[in-house]
Amino acid sequence: MSKSERPNQLFRNLNAKVASIPMILTALVVFVGGTAWTVLYSFTNSKLLPRLNFIGLDQYYRLWSTPRWLVSIENLLIYGVLSLVFSLVIGFILAALLDQKIRFEDTFRTIFLYPFALSFIVTGLVWQWLLNPDFGIQRVVRELGWESFSFNPLYDSSIVIYGISIAALWQGTGLIMCLMLAGLRGIDEDIWKAARVDGIPMWKTYLFIIIPMMRPVFITTLVIIASGIVKVYDLVVAQTSGGPGIASEVPAKYVYDYMFFAQNLGQGFAASTMMLLSVMIVIVPWAYLEFGGRKRV
Amino acid sequence: MRYKVLTAAFAATVALNFAGQASATDLEVTHWWTSGGEAAAVAEFAKAFDATGNRWVDGAIAGSGGTARPIMISRITGGDPMGATQFNHGRQAEELVQAGLMRDLTDIATKGKWTEVVRPKSLLDSCTIDGKIYCVPVNIHSWQWLWLSNAAFEKAGVPVPKNWNEYVAAAPALEKAGIIPLAVGGQPWQSSGAFDVLLAAVGGTDAFLKVYKDKDATFAAGPEVAKVFKAADDARKMAKNTNVQDWNQATNLVITGKAGGQIMGDWAQGEFQVAGQTAGKDYTCLPGLGLNEVIATGGDAFYFPLLKDADKAKAQEVLAETLLDPKTQVAFNLKKGSLPVRGDVDLQAANDCMKKGLDILAKGSVMPWTDQLLSQDTQKQKEDLFSEFFAKPDMTIEDAQKRFADIVGSAD
Repeated sequence: MSKSERPNQLFRNLNAKVASIPMILTALVVFVGGTAWTVLYSFTNSKLLPRLNFIGLDQYYRLWSTPRWLVSIENLLIYGVLSLVFSLVIGFILAALLDQKIRFEDTFRTIFLYPFALSFIVTGLVWQWLLNPDFGIQRVVRELGWESFSFNPLYDSSIVIYGISIAALWQGTGLIMCLMLAGLRGIDEDIWKAARVDGIPMWKTYLFIIIPMMRPVFITTLVIIASGIVKVYDLVVAQTSGGPGIASEVPAKYVYDYMFFAQNLGQGFAASTMMLLSVMIVIVPWAYLEFGGRKRV
Repeated sequence: MRYKVLTAAFAATVALNFAGQASATDLEVTHWWTSGGEAAAVAEFAKAFDATGNRWVDGAIAGSGGTARPIMISRITGGDPMGATQFNHGRQAEELVQAGLMRDLTDIATKGKWTEVVRPKSLLDSCTIDGKIYCVPVNIHSWQWLWLSNAAFEKAGVPVPKNWNEYVAAAPALEKAGIIPLAVGGQPWQSSGAFDVLLAAVGGTDAFLKVYKDKDATFAAGPEVAKVFKAADDARKMAKNTNVQDWNQATNLVITGKAGGQIMGDWAQGEFQVAGQTAGKDYTCLPGLGLNEVIATGGDAFYFPLLKDADKAKAQEVLAETLLDPKTQVAFNLKKGSLPVRGDVDLQAANDCMKKGLDILAKGSVMPWTDQLLSQDTQKQKEDLFSEFFAKPDMTIEDAQKRFADIVGSAD
């Protein structure tokens, strides 16, 4: 084709492009610009106010030799694996059960989704009370007669992170269930019929036919869960504020505490850069496989 | 069309702003005094300031200094300064002053002869940066107090101890009676502060200064500080059953006799007072844990952000004078349980514990405290270490001391 037919490629659909300029600017300045600024200042010794006084990698050396940061990372890993696995598994099973054309499906769906209407702060407080040994679950069970029953995760350093995960699962699983249910409803009824005609047992149909067909739903769900994991902060603050001691600290809280309580911006920026890096390590290979691969096909 | 509407809206906001500022001698004052005794004390300031014809707009921020300071600082750095704000005097506002965000009060200070009335002198020194005065100290708070519940010791059948060592010895008896020997709340600053008190009491003033003023890491790793860690280990064992977070909840355990005692600053006294308890009869206080009767001259001060509005600036001056007024000083400090910053006021109404504090102050046995000696960064690292130490029984003393020495070595 001759060149003269395509000079207006840039100006094609001009209205839409002009309309998206503010958003593009926001994305560039606020997200990319803010990120670059943070990374740049993480190499300085900024205290309360940002100053461009470079000290190389010192903030990072300090970060990785701080016990509290290491505990935070470990907690994030435990919390991440638990909430990823359990919210997917429980969410999917609940959705599959609801999908059996049961009665009062709406009611159940509402009940399971209800916790999601609460913020993490409220969830954290509710579970702080439930798990409190003096007036929570432990007390109730003891009053029923099991005197030696002990369930006290929030005041035990070694298992406190599981106490937090329980609250997170309670809050988040309902949403995952709804996403999964929507995915299941999107599967053509004929596929079920075909599987039944072939005599494939139901669990096999789910595992080998339905789940692979729900790939897009799973990917959406994964992104939602993963972003929730990395940014977990308010739940911990409401439930334990990092305690007992530093046993339930998480990276986001480290960033906040060092930026604002300790008045050490450099250290906080270094920690947040590490958080960004960990997200990149997960996202980049996935994005490459997901979007890079398609072009070649 | 729409553009015009937008401009109009802008104009309206600007006009509103002007209107708001022109009529105002309202001054917003932010602080973190929210517990019962503290709120009663700050109401005295508000009353005195309102009496000058201005209006005190209370900006209390709940959740102790750790929560409040970031909010205050981001308001000042973010260009939305309040009329005046509380900080602990010392290094918390250092960078704000250096960045030129705070108002220089030297003129008012010279007019009011602050250098003559404020005692001990170190208080004003903490407000002074490069020869200029930037804050008004309003009280003297010292951390080094041990509060003991007389009822708890009676129940356990042991006499009320006279110093830390007797207290540690009495711990098993308390435990047998179902009483938590020592109440330490879960907030990190409480365990960190308790350690500092032990350092000053068990180690002595010199040891304290060597560690926090000279930042001598070798000394911090040495045998003298090891003794302090041994004491901290005792405290950790005595405190292991405290399941509360806030300091006033921990104080409440002592007030109700559920706990034997608490290492806490003299602000705890306000809580005893609100609960209607009498010093000497219902509770006992031991300055310096009964070992080293020195009190630290930390405390609270008010800083005044630089404001453009002339009316508000004038109100700031009035407030600064009001805060140091002898009458206000007495009314405030009696409620707060702290000591006044002026030597020339009459404190007949002071109770037993405050009188003990005043005596020590009169003798000149004072020392600086961590707020004046260490940066917030170092304080935070210390808090992380000690909250872990107090919550984790299997963390060894040696391990903790090594990490403590590292923090001291890198302190600024």
